[in-house]
Amino acid sequence: MIIDHPLLGPRDISEFIYLGDASLLNRPKWDAEDAEHSFYEYLYLRKNIAGVHKELWFHQQGDRSWLVISRNTLTHEITKVDLVGNHSKNMEILND
Amino acid sequence: MRYNWLKLLKEGFNNNSGWEKTWKNPELKKEYDIIIIGGGGHGLATAFYLAKEFNIKNIAVLEKKWIGGGNVGRNTTIIRSNYLLNENEAFYEFSLKLWESLEKQINYNAMVSQRGVLNVYHSDSQRDSFTRRGNSMIINGADAELYDVNKIKLLYPFLDFDNARFPIKGGLFQKRGGTVRHDAVAWGYAHAADQLGVDIIQNCEVENFKFKFGACIGVETNKGFIKANKVGCAVAGSTSLLMSKANMNLPIESHVLQAFVSESLKPIIPGVITFGAGHFYISQSDKGGLVFGGDIDGYNSYAQRGGMETLEDVCEGGLALMPIISKTRLLRMWGGVMDMSMDGSPIIDKTHINGLYMNAGWCYGGFKATPASGWCFAHLLAKGYSHALSKNYRLDRFKNGYMIDEKGQGAQPNLH
Repeated sequence: MIIDHPLLGPRDISEFIYLGDASLLNRPKWDAEDAEHSFYEYLYLRKNIAGVHKELWFHQQGDRSWLVISRNTLTHEITKVDLVGNHSKNMEILND
Repeated sequence: MRYNWLKLLKEGFNNNSGWEKTWKNPELKKEYDIIIIGGGGHGLATAFYLAKEFNIKNIAVLEKKWIGGGNVGRNTTIIRSNYLLNENEAFYEFSLKLWESLEKQINYNAMVSQRGVLNVYHSDSQRDSFTRRGNSMIINGADAELYDVNKIKLLYPFLDFDNARFPIKGGLFQKRGGTVRHDAVAWGYAHAADQLGVDIIQNCEVENFKFKFGACIGVETNKGFIKANKVGCAVAGSTSLLMSKANMNLPIESHVLQAFVSESLKPIIPGVITFGAGHFYISQSDKGGLVFGGDIDGYNSYAQRGGMETLEDVCEGGLALMPIISKTRLLRMWGGVMDMSMDGSPIIDKTHINGLYMNAGWCYGGFKATPASGWCFAHLLAKGYSHALSKNYRLDRFKNGYMIDEKGQGAQPNLH
């Protein structure tokens, strides 16, 4: 796979590290009533989508930026690549 | 039909015209005691042990495609029981013991070959951790031997012992480990289960569960509704998709694992070897092809194929271990979808819904577990409570903090 990095252009996947579902950006509030349960869900449960999946990749062998990538898990087709900073401001568009 | 010498002799004179199908294609009934979703190794083994050991006869195995087309036919055929943690080691040792008597049990030649599994180590600290693992194996009734370099040289003189970066210092050897013809495992279990009256239904995809008063009472399929007292799911990489129909979110990610086969060579590798400094394992099939693999590709995937970067990584590991294979040409490669759990260990448990059971989270170690997985899942389905060996494979262990994390990687499925 080739990832079209928003700043660096097309880069080979071997330069990147995969973290997982981009909903990991939605960290639960630590002082909420149901924090224990929310952190269990946050840490362990996944939607594991078959289709377009928003996910976090780290450009470890490059500029060390974090990316949110929309990729189809059935075909491996990447439709959108974005810097994570552009995402954290409007989290409702993530998988959860 | 039972395979035996007399039948073989008769068919030899009969131009092989009287062989029946390995399993029947029966008519789907309206109702079963137990429905197993997924006609892979685990599902078929479950049905077989339900019929044989737990005396339940009215069973159906529903397979969405064909028998032997999923992960049971997409692995590197290795069997072993060399785990560290007690929760795993006892279970996998039970599995290895079942492999040893499998062919008699199912009356089918699965080519079980206990040719020995060798894990090489490259440093003092790795030796210490392998020694610890070996002791854990012995404590749990398995066999393990620590080999020094000279012993390995007798077995595999062609390894790169004096590699400057990863010199081979020794290895952990399990003599009873080995390989099994994976397709024959699927066909053999299907044959044996069919002999005991299990209905094996191919091209039957489950589209939904049916619930009544909070209990699962059957499944909706492309061939209509089928009623069942109990439904067991053993669908590996598709587990999240199937269980989402029961509104369950699982501690599982689906990842693709690739396997590779070279052109046929003269016999060179008598057993199974794994590299200690990278992820690479290899054996040689009876046809002569080198069968090898490595890590999962590392990203969520439902495609049964992977990328070239993993192939490159696997081959680099292979060449670092045994430069002798550098001129070998690759013949085939394929991928399977793994149900990677959050702690790297499987789940064999009831769900919160009455009558609905699941068997999943095998990561990329599901093949060797096939007999024990089937046995323990059958036990759970038949008796309603877990077998002693799978009682730790609970679905709620993530919530309660009883993870079984063999590699100590934490909740990161692509690292297990």
